[in-house]
Amino acid sequence: MQYIHDHFNYWIVIVLMMTGFYMVIAHKNMIKKIVGLNIFQVSVFVFYISMGKIEGGTAPILADGIDVYSNPLPHVLILTAIVVGVATTALGLALTVRINDSFGSIEEDVIEAAENAEDDKTSALRAGNRK
Amino acid sequence: MAITAFGLVYLSSLFAVAMLSGIFSLSAASLYLVMDAVDVAFTEAAVGAGISTVLMLGTLALTTRREKTSKDNKALPLVIVSATGALLIYATLDMPPYGDPAAPINHHVAVRYIEKSGIEVGPPNIVTSVLASYRGYDTLGEVTVIFTAAIGVMALMGRSRKPRRKQKKDRA
Amino acid sequence: MLSRKSVLRVVSKLLIPPILLFALYVQFHGDFGPGGGFQAGVIFASAFILYSLIFGAHAARLAAPSWLTRWMLSCGVLLYAGVGVATMLMGGDFLDYSVLASNPLLGQHIGISLIEFGVGTTVAGAMITIFLIFDGSILNRRDE
Repeated sequence: MQYIHDHFNYWIVIVLMMTGFYMVIAHKNMIKKIVGLNIFQVSVFVFYISMGKIEGGTAPILADGIDVYSNPLPHVLILTAIVVGVATTALGLALTVRINDSFGSIEEDVIEAAENAEDDKTSALRAGNRK
Repeated sequence: MAITAFGLVYLSSLFAVAMLSGIFSLSAASLYLVMDAVDVAFTEAAVGAGISTVLMLGTLALTTRREKTSKDNKALPLVIVSATGALLIYATLDMPPYGDPAAPINHHVAVRYIEKSGIEVGPPNIVTSVLASYRGYDTLGEVTVIFTAAIGVMALMGRSRKPRRKQKKDRA
Repeated sequence: MLSRKSVLRVVSKLLIPPILLFALYVQFHGDFGPGGGFQAGVIFASAFILYSLIFGAHAARLAAPSWLTRWMLSCGVLLYAGVGVATMLMGGDFLDYSVLASNPLLGQHIGISLIEFGVGTTVAGAMITIFLIFDGSILNRRDE
């Protein structure tokens, strides 16, 4: 029982991480891939924060009469990572919008098919020019 | 929280996915709060539940609302994911238990930050003093990343603003 | 038009000033409680996003024109790096705030406030810019 309590946080992290991973590799829709990456990201955040937690500790704000604080270092790293994460997510979504403008779809296989068709066309043109 | 995450996998309506990811962030924020990370919970609640949901909805308005249901075989990804997960769980057997003050992460610089930051830097909030003073370089880098991401979004999508202005003039 | 959304309009008008005030409180009270530049920037931007959702992107552009958000974006980073260069010129290391005043603790306080302000400005500028660009291209799409 004690063992389960001690390692439960890692299992939560792994379940979340694998959910995100599955979304990234199994789905062809780009928005779902980005959401999957976000879940993966959150799982890493939870991992850091849970490692910094100390039993009986409080939030790392200095006050009289408190001796045990949780580790502030992971908090700092994750705090900045969250804001950077949303900025990069915005960049990914912007890329998705541009891809949708160019190809009319955000499904990976449709885009691949369109790109292949275009490649065939250009190579056929080139072959024709050579003749 | 894990249930919300599973829901995200199965829903094909992207609108519901955007809403559910907001709920997911909010539950992540409360989880951080339980683990003493007040600053982080604050940020996640403001960013994840607010801004990124709005951005996601904006993207949906610009693209499509439904995911195309594919008939692909989902077995292979599932196998890969389970194998990776099993390996990772095997790796946790050696990890220090949750909340252990003797874990390696709580030893090197963290002790110094907690003991000395009040004397050396001043602010009672240790997170602020580490963020701004001890790790000032890191934060400068992060701010630069945000700056660059915003420039990137401007470069990718900002172009479409000029025609609108023209149209407005035409209408006037 | 006005009557249809009047509840939303009135409530958001009531809410936006406290949100902005709260953002400033989070910005400058970050030393003592949870908070700081990152959170303050996001909260500040969310007030603008609320305004723009209720009153439309054109009204939001009047409140925060694109040149202003772009300047906010770059000035924040410049302020941050500028503090670093200033500490170097005053004889310390890069971003060593102790030399900013005669008393090292006071110097640290000034330095942290300045760079947190830089962080807040950049984050708010970035979020408002990104949102208004998305909003602008949605409007564009609708016009077509």
